[in-house]
Amino acid sequence: MNRIVKKRVLAPNVNEYVIDAPLVVKNARPGQFVILRVDEEGERIPFTICDMDKAAGTVTLLVQEVGYSTAKLAKLVVGDGVADFVGPLGKPTDLSAHKNIVLVGGGIGTAVIYPQAKALFEAGRPAAVILGARNRELLMYTDEFKRAAKSLYIATDDGSAGQKGFVTDLLKELLEADRQRAKNGIDCVMAVGPMPMMRAVANLTKEYGVHTVVSMNPIMVDGTGMCGGCRLSVGGKTVYACVDGPEFDAHEVDWADAIARLSLYKETEQAHRCRLTDETAGGQK
Amino acid sequence: MAIDRSPRNRMPEQAPKLRAKNFDEVALGFSPEQAKAEASRCLQCKNAPCKSGCPVGVDIPEFLKAVQTGDFEGAGAVIGRANSLPAVCGRVCPQEEQCEKLCLRGRMDKPVAIGAVERFVGDFGLDKTPAPYDGPRTGKRAAVIGSGPSGLTVAAELAKNGVDVTIYEAFHRAGGVLVYGIPEFRLPKSLVRAEIDKLLRLGVTLMRNVVVGKTVLLDELTDRFDAVFIGSGAGLPMFMNLKGESYKGVISANEYLTRVNLMGAYRADSDTPVQRGRRVAVIGAGNVAMDAARTALRMGADSVTVVYRRGREEMPARAEEIHHAEEEGVRFELLAAPVEILGENGAAAGLLLRRTELSEPDASGRRRPVELAGSEFTIGADMVIVALGTSPNPLIKDSYPAIETTKKGTIVVDGRGMTSVDGVYAGGDAVTGAATVILAMGAGRKAAAAILERFKGQ
Repeated sequence: MNRIVKKRVLAPNVNEYVIDAPLVVKNARPGQFVILRVDEEGERIPFTICDMDKAAGTVTLLVQEVGYSTAKLAKLVVGDGVADFVGPLGKPTDLSAHKNIVLVGGGIGTAVIYPQAKALFEAGRPAAVILGARNRELLMYTDEFKRAAKSLYIATDDGSAGQKGFVTDLLKELLEADRQRAKNGIDCVMAVGPMPMMRAVANLTKEYGVHTVVSMNPIMVDGTGMCGGCRLSVGGKTVYACVDGPEFDAHEVDWADAIARLSLYKETEQAHRCRLTDETAGGQK
Repeated sequence: MAIDRSPRNRMPEQAPKLRAKNFDEVALGFSPEQAKAEASRCLQCKNAPCKSGCPVGVDIPEFLKAVQTGDFEGAGAVIGRANSLPAVCGRVCPQEEQCEKLCLRGRMDKPVAIGAVERFVGDFGLDKTPAPYDGPRTGKRAAVIGSGPSGLTVAAELAKNGVDVTIYEAFHRAGGVLVYGIPEFRLPKSLVRAEIDKLLRLGVTLMRNVVVGKTVLLDELTDRFDAVFIGSGAGLPMFMNLKGESYKGVISANEYLTRVNLMGAYRADSDTPVQRGRRVAVIGAGNVAMDAARTALRMGADSVTVVYRRGREEMPARAEEIHHAEEEGVRFELLAAPVEILGENGAAAGLLLRRTELSEPDASGRRRPVELAGSEFTIGADMVIVALGTSPNPLIKDSYPAIETTKKGTIVVDGRGMTSVDGVYAGGDAVTGAATVILAMGAGRKAAAAILERFKGQ
C-alpha cells in the first residue's frame, strides 16, 4: 500500500501530498502522471507528478478538492494509504530542443510546470515562469519557483499579489519585449492550467509564432490506452491523452471540442474525475 | 452401450423481461442431474472430432464420461490438464463454432451441450483448493504481462511445471477483459476472482498496478526473468471520425463497459460515474456491441438499438448473444451506415444513417455494404456507444522498439509464439487483434509449451 508520508495545506482546499511510491518513482520523469484510487470503491483519478525524490522513493502531488473523490482523499492523514497508485503514465516532457523557455502555470497547473522548472534549472538553463491565480491565497510554490526560475512573474485577478490581470497579459509583455531583441528569443512556451487559460495562451503565442506546449487534462479511466475516454482532436486527428500525451502542440488542439468534453460528468455531483474548468483547477488531469 | 436418445438439455435462464433489469447471470447452469444426463448424450466417438475444435485441446469425451458417472472432481481434473479456466470458458466460449460444431451427435439430433457441462464442472471445482505444486522446481523464472485469458493460461501452465511466475497487471484488479469487458450478467466477477485465487494458490505472484513499459520497462524484465510473455490485450477503441463524435453521450464500448463492470458503476455505492442514456444507439454488431447494448438496457435505457451497416447474416456476434439481446428487447437497425452524430447543445441527440445494400464479399469475406444515395434517415439517441473494435495498444512497442510489429501494430510471433526478441513471447489479442477468450488461451498454452521446451534445453 502506498502511504502518505507528508501532507500540508498549500492554499484553501489545495493539499500537497508526499506519497511513498518507490516503484512508480523509479522510472518517472517530469511531465508524467499517476492514477490513484482512494479506497476500494474509489474511482481512478489522474494527477500530474509535481515533484519526486528518487532517493526517498516518494512522489509529490498537489490536489485540489473539486469533487467527491478529491474530498475523500483530503480526509486522509499522514500514515494513511491509498488503495491503488499506478504510474508513471503518459509521455515525459521533452523541452530539449528549446533554449529560451517560458513556463506558464494557472491555478493548480502550477503543479505541472514545477517539475519542468526544476528540471530546466538542474539542466543549467532555467526558464522564465509566469504564475496566475485568482488571489494571493491561491498562489502556490512561489518560494520554490523563486529558486528554480530565471525570473518569476505573478498575476492575480484581484491584484493582491504581483500584477493585477491575467497570465496572458504578462506573457504578452514578455513576447513584445522579446520581439524588440534580435537574438536568443523565446522559442517555446509551455502553459498548464484551466483549459480556457491554455486556449488563451495558445491564441496569443500563435500571433507571435512561438511554439507552445500544453498539458491536457481530459477525463480518463484506465490511463493506459484502453478506454478511449481521454480522446482529443489534435491536428485533425483523434489522439489519446494517456498514451499520446498528456502534452500536445497547443496550436493543433481543437479547444472547443476539448472544453465541451470536460463537462461530461459535471452534472453528477460525485463525478469530479476531471478537474472542472474552474479558475484554480489547472493541474489535475 | 445403448445410445441415449434423449434431447439436448437446456440450461434454465432468467426470464428475459426480468433479467433485462438486473445484472444477475442470465443462464443459471445445470443441476448435477442435468449435467449427468447431458454428458450421457455423448457418443464417446473413438476419433472425437470435438477435440480438434477446441483451441486448447480439452479431452472432451473423457471429461463427459466422468461427469456421466457423477465423478465431477475427476472431470475437473481432465479439463484442468488443458484448460485452467473452465468456469469462464463454459460461459464465454463460442462452442457452437468450435467443439459443438464438430460433435457427431449433432448429425443425429443436436450436439452435446459441451459448454454447459464444462461450466457445471468448472463451477463445481471453484471452491476446491488445488494441491499446490510440489514437483521438482525448474529454477527458472518467468514474467507474464497482463492477467487476461492468455496471461492467466501461461501463468497456470508454467506454475504447474515448477516455474516461478510473476504476473504484472496494469489495472488494480486481475482478469483483463474478463473483469473490465465481459459484463457481470454473462460472467460473474466473483467467479473470475475465484479462478484467479485458485491460480495464486499454485504459487503465482501477482503484481497489480504495474504498467510494463512505464512502471517497469521490458528490458528490466528480460534482465530479471528467463522468459517473458506479453499478453497485453487489444488496446485502443476505434472511432469513425464522424462529425459529432465528441458530443456528450458518445462513448466507446470499452469505456462504457469498464465503467460499469470494472469500476462497478452499476452499483449505487461505486464512486465512478457513468452516463445513462434513455435512447441508446450502439454502433457495431460484435460480441462487445451486444454486451454494451444489453448493459445499457440494465442501466435503465428506455430503448436500445444496434446499428450495423451489414445484414443479420454478417453480424460477428455469437448467435446466442444476438438471441439473448433480442429477447431482452434490443432492437436492430441493420443495413444502415452511420453518417453523422446529431447533437443539441453539445450533446448527442440522434444518428443520421444511410441505407446500405450488400454487394460482393470484401477481403474479410463478408459482403461489402454499399451506401445508397438519397436514403438518409435519422433515429433519436441521447447516447451513442461505439463498438467497432480496437487497434493495438502502443505502450509496449513504444518503450521497446526491438519488438517487431505489423503495420496494424499487432506483435509478430513465430510458430512457437516467440517475438522477434529471443526469450520474449506474446499471445492473445496483442498478437491477433481483438478475438475470443479461448483463442487467447490457446495462444497462451502454445507459448507456455514453448517456454517449457526452452527451459528444458537450458
